[in-house]
Amino acid sequence: MDGVNATDRRRVFDLSTARVRDLNQFLHHELPGSGVEQVEVQHPGGRHAIAVGINHPVNVEVKGHGGYYLAGMNKLASVTVHGNVGWGVAENMMSGTVRVKGFASESAGATGHGGTLIIEGDASLRCGISMKGIDIVVGGDIGNYSAFMAQAGHLLVCGDAGHALGDSLYEAVIYVRGRIKSLGADAQEEEMTDADRAKVAELLARAGFGYQPSEFKRVASAKKLYHWNADANQEY
Amino acid sequence: MNKPVEPRQPVDHLRRPSQEESWGYDRKVIDYIQNAAAHGLYEIRGLGAKRHVPHFDDLVFLAGSASRYPLEGYREKCHTKTVLGTRYAKKPIELDIPITFAGMSFGSLSARVKEALGRAATELGTSTTTGDGGMTREERESSKTLVYQCLPSRYGFNPDDLRKADAIEVVIGQGAKPGGGGMLLGQKVNPRVAGMRTLPQGIDQRSACRHPDWTGPDDLAIKIEELREITDWEKPIYVKIGATRTYNDVKLAVHSGADVVVVDGMQGGTAATQTVFIEHVGIPTLAALRQAVDALEEMDMRGKVQLIVSGGIRTGADVAKALAMGADAVSIGQGALFAMGCNNDTYFQDGKHWDAREDYARIGTAPGFCHHCHTGKCPVGITTQDEMLELRLDPMVGARHLKNYFKTMNMELTTVARACGKSNVHHLEREDLVALTIEAAAMARVPLAGTQWIPGVNGF
Repeated sequence: MDGVNATDRRRVFDLSTARVRDLNQFLHHELPGSGVEQVEVQHPGGRHAIAVGINHPVNVEVKGHGGYYLAGMNKLASVTVHGNVGWGVAENMMSGTVRVKGFASESAGATGHGGTLIIEGDASLRCGISMKGIDIVVGGDIGNYSAFMAQAGHLLVCGDAGHALGDSLYEAVIYVRGRIKSLGADAQEEEMTDADRAKVAELLARAGFGYQPSEFKRVASAKKLYHWNADANQEY
Repeated sequence: MNKPVEPRQPVDHLRRPSQEESWGYDRKVIDYIQNAAAHGLYEIRGLGAKRHVPHFDDLVFLAGSASRYPLEGYREKCHTKTVLGTRYAKKPIELDIPITFAGMSFGSLSARVKEALGRAATELGTSTTTGDGGMTREERESSKTLVYQCLPSRYGFNPDDLRKADAIEVVIGQGAKPGGGGMLLGQKVNPRVAGMRTLPQGIDQRSACRHPDWTGPDDLAIKIEELREITDWEKPIYVKIGATRTYNDVKLAVHSGADVVVVDGMQGGTAATQTVFIEHVGIPTLAALRQAVDALEEMDMRGKVQLIVSGGIRTGADVAKALAMGADAVSIGQGALFAMGCNNDTYFQDGKHWDAREDYARIGTAPGFCHHCHTGKCPVGITTQDEMLELRLDPMVGARHLKNYFKTMNMELTTVARACGKSNVHHLEREDLVALTIEAAAMARVPLAGTQWIPGVNGF
């Protein structure tokens, strides 16, 4: 199980022998008050639900690839993945930071309420779907249907965006450095303001990416779908 | 000899106003077409299907007589205890009665109504359920057993409330609108509702119809695994489906690892959706229930994965028939609203009854016909977020009426069960039922009364 190279402040879970459940139960129950500040997850092997539901400040280092829902519903913790992740990384995150050194599959940061998700590589389809206040920074490209129905927070993309970006957007704001294949219903490109440039600079600094705010364009909601309108066509 | 008379003037049929209404284009259809022509927008309304569909009313019980004996109505015990979530959860739900409150959102209902539901559920020893909009403090504090819904929108969904829940219900669909997301019109999106849902105030809110972070049943299995990991495998996980391809959907829900499957038939209610959805999408509860039971029996999962059925359950007789068909429990939404005074011509406030008829007229309806939950102008203060209107429902009074209603149904349920010779309501069985119509016999697959005939099963 755990215990390899363990010190008072550091714990190691080797998932080639320990269960994901042992890791999560430790993070939920034994961690608070234990003095442990660093948890290392070795041989994650693409397992699902690694380090989910953390409710305590701790640094978690995942040394390899994760499956679905890595760091799901995270609160307060800082989780770094030295590899790629499957669907729904940091889904419904409330606070804290999740950093993926590799690529992320679909629905990265879905419905996140807060905190920061940084993906150094590309993110696949539906990145930031239904986001509710989270900040997501993607170093590479994002796939189609990203930020669908995104309600609040920021999605910053250093590469290109796929089709139907920001479809049915609410109050979330998207910044894209590269090309946008197409915008979704009710999403529109808007002029960058000083406040936008400041926000982009702050997000880039948080992620540690060296781009200039002036390279980004802003996409936000045209707000034409906020109310049903008897005269509007029903194409949405 | 009779005298000849002058011939009377023949009645002029052509001058009498015509009374022949078209079947295809009756007043309802004409009204629909003209309304569409005037507004260019579909009708949105609340509650459930109004059309007649085969239902539990089309079944009757074969009680005990000479061939089997009944139990004494008042002297012999008839147990109603119901346990849900025994498959994987460390802490299954134990209820005193097999009748639960269905998921209804704060947003569609006022916080006072959610409190009334919680109080009643706690006193009755049953569960209540959150809805599309998160968990309110009022309902958590008032409910001993609270089921927390995980919906496509994930409005207000958070790990703290998840940990506070007693069970988790992953909602795939709803009987009133399988394949559709929720709706909440702007007049109900007040500051508190908007805040909980992270939306601007006053917008016409549309919920997503698909979950954001999983699609098929294989993904759902992983999603359920995540929810179990977050909650330490303690809480039962329900999967709720709107009744369409129920046989397949129940099998997939079981495959995905559900502890409990909730099947909501087309008579199920909603706070707001398109009428075309309510009346034309989904199958009747009766048909869905039989498909669900077949699926569980084929997988040898009866009793291992519990089945809750909802959608038009109104009476103790409905509950008894649902249990006899194979459900472990039922869920009630609309009935609970009616018990609290929905569609009543008066409301009770400050110790007095007040006439609500003018308020019904103001929104273009009348007591007995109102389905205007979507407007937020509920004349009896139930489906509203208006701070004056919501005072028309006192949570204590609402809770008392709910308790009376559920107690009555539970007494009717045990009355029928005893008559059928059962000392436990869960011992009611399909063999106790026959159908009054061929349609119901075919859907429920019980014999037509007085015959051995089950359409489609024994011969023809």
